[in-house]
Amino acid sequence: MELIWDGLREAVEALARGDDVLYSTAARSLYVSGLATLISLALGVLAGSFLALQRFRGRGLALAFVNTGMGLPPVVVGLVVAVLLWRSGPLGDLHLIYTVWAMVLAQAVLTFPIVTGFTAAALAAQPPELRLQLLGLGASRWQALWLLLKEARLPVLAAVMAAFGAAVSEVGASMMVGGNIAGETRVLTTAVVLETSRGEFAPAIALSIVLLVLVFVVNLVLTGVQLRGR
Amino acid sequence: MALRRSSGQAPKLELRDVIVRRAGVEVLRVGELGVETGEVLAVIGPNGAGKSTLLQVAALVLRPSQGEVLFDGAPVGVDTLATRRRLAIALQAPHLIHASVLENAALGLRLRGVAAAERRRRALDWLRRFGVEALAARPATRLSGGEAQRVSLARAFAVAPELLLLDEPFSGLDEATRGGLLDDLAGVLGETGVTTVFVTHDRNEALRLADRVAVLIGGRLRQVGLAAAVFGAPADEEVAAFVGVETIVDGRVVEVRDGLATVAVGGQHLTALAPDHLTERVRVCIRPEDVVIQTPREEAPASSARNLLLGTVVEVRPRGAEARVVIDCGPSTLRHGSGQASAGQGLSTSSGQGFRLVASVTRLSVEEMGLAPGARVAASIKATALHLLPGH
Repeated sequence: MELIWDGLREAVEALARGDDVLYSTAARSLYVSGLATLISLALGVLAGSFLALQRFRGRGLALAFVNTGMGLPPVVVGLVVAVLLWRSGPLGDLHLIYTVWAMVLAQAVLTFPIVTGFTAAALAAQPPELRLQLLGLGASRWQALWLLLKEARLPVLAAVMAAFGAAVSEVGASMMVGGNIAGETRVLTTAVVLETSRGEFAPAIALSIVLLVLVFVVNLVLTGVQLRGR
Repeated sequence: MALRRSSGQAPKLELRDVIVRRAGVEVLRVGELGVETGEVLAVIGPNGAGKSTLLQVAALVLRPSQGEVLFDGAPVGVDTLATRRRLAIALQAPHLIHASVLENAALGLRLRGVAAAERRRRALDWLRRFGVEALAARPATRLSGGEAQRVSLARAFAVAPELLLLDEPFSGLDEATRGGLLDDLAGVLGETGVTTVFVTHDRNEALRLADRVAVLIGGRLRQVGLAAAVFGAPADEEVAAFVGVETIVDGRVVEVRDGLATVAVGGQHLTALAPDHLTERVRVCIRPEDVVIQTPREEAPASSARNLLLGTVVEVRPRGAEARVVIDCGPSTLRHGSGQASAGQGLSTSSGQGFRLVASVTRLSVEEMGLAPGARVAASIKATALHLLPGH
């Protein structure tokens, strides 16, 4: 019990005194995962819309792939991205391995199927005649898609929350492609792993609390947007 | 409603040799169908007949597997947006978006890039004409079914379409709401003269709104013509059954004189207007609303109806304020052909070799006349109400 109390006390103290390392790590987590979520949102919404609205051969297989991808193990993503970005790998010349960009890429790959799958399901849940109605009112294909997405904004926002949650909480891929370099690629999750492996539970608890608060605040904001749109 | 056909002008919309296949199965085949500028064409047919598919082709959102669609005589090309913006559609469900009633009514205008002030003015004007202006600020999700459908129609009219496509806009509404909205729509259609294709499975709606009627059954156009012609003289038995003919019986023409045919049906003789191409074997079609039921009396009443039949009620089926009365008409008539009724011919009993005649009466009449199985009645039908189709 003492271990936990000490950890909590130290966490509160670190938070209260505005510990630089703690806050900069949290900011990096927010930055990396936020950017990755935005990228997967842009690409995933397009891909999900395509899967939901177009009829083509192999659509069922594509949807099955996407649904499988929603449960993609972060270490597998980390491995693939690491191989791609490795100095002798196909994208090695970009020198991205062990940078935050490698982590953004890995998290975007990880969350892309989540946004795609949620978007496809959200659009498929809209009445099929709604698109006909919009086109019949003079909407261009893009205008119709935009209006359909606005109508489906609640589940699409849920996709954003799920994607951000998956990105900010994964550790395997970030560790593998970022390297957990202090002050450069260390994020909250990789820091927690490091501190715990050293037996430094107090900072690990402090970092975990910040991680939870971060996820909570982001979801609070998104939930607010969701409720306003009701 | 007057048909505003202008001679020599290409139809507003024309479908030529259109075939639509889904998963290799043909669901629609239309040889030629034109909608003249200013006319209201009702497309009627049972569920699954291909009506909505036809409407999607007309709305240029479904490209036919074969054939072409012409707008003002010009084939519609690959990029349909400019042409699509000359039409508007209102469907069975109003499909309002999550926004205010006013924003919904202005949606088509917003999609066309009309300035805010102008689209507000036009949307409010159409909301007023459909009696829902007071709801303008309300979220569209908080409307009754009837109100939402009024907003949907206002939204379609607000873009001042050259072609209006309506897909069963009343079928989700209760009877009272439907009646009021039907009246308002009829008024607006008459006022604007907008070319309209109106899909419905309700014959009464078609009769109320349409200049011409196209009957679609099993994906094929079976008959196109003036509403009165299609309803009064259906092209075949399926069309007849769909347009409300409930009595279709075999007959044999025994005499044709003065444009009137005498047809032997179930041991009785009926008088009908003789069609141009009359075959000996015919199918006699009678609509239930064309049959008048009377209490049989010793002497047949003076009437212009050429056919007066005696029969026994075998079934009474209530239908809202109305009832269908099924009468077994025996092999005798009080009156047919030329001349007035003769008392000597009247009131003979039937021997059960007659035919079944379906009549439509009010529930009130059922009560007052004591119409119940076993009751003896006389049924009169005008010769002009009998429609003869070629028999088998």
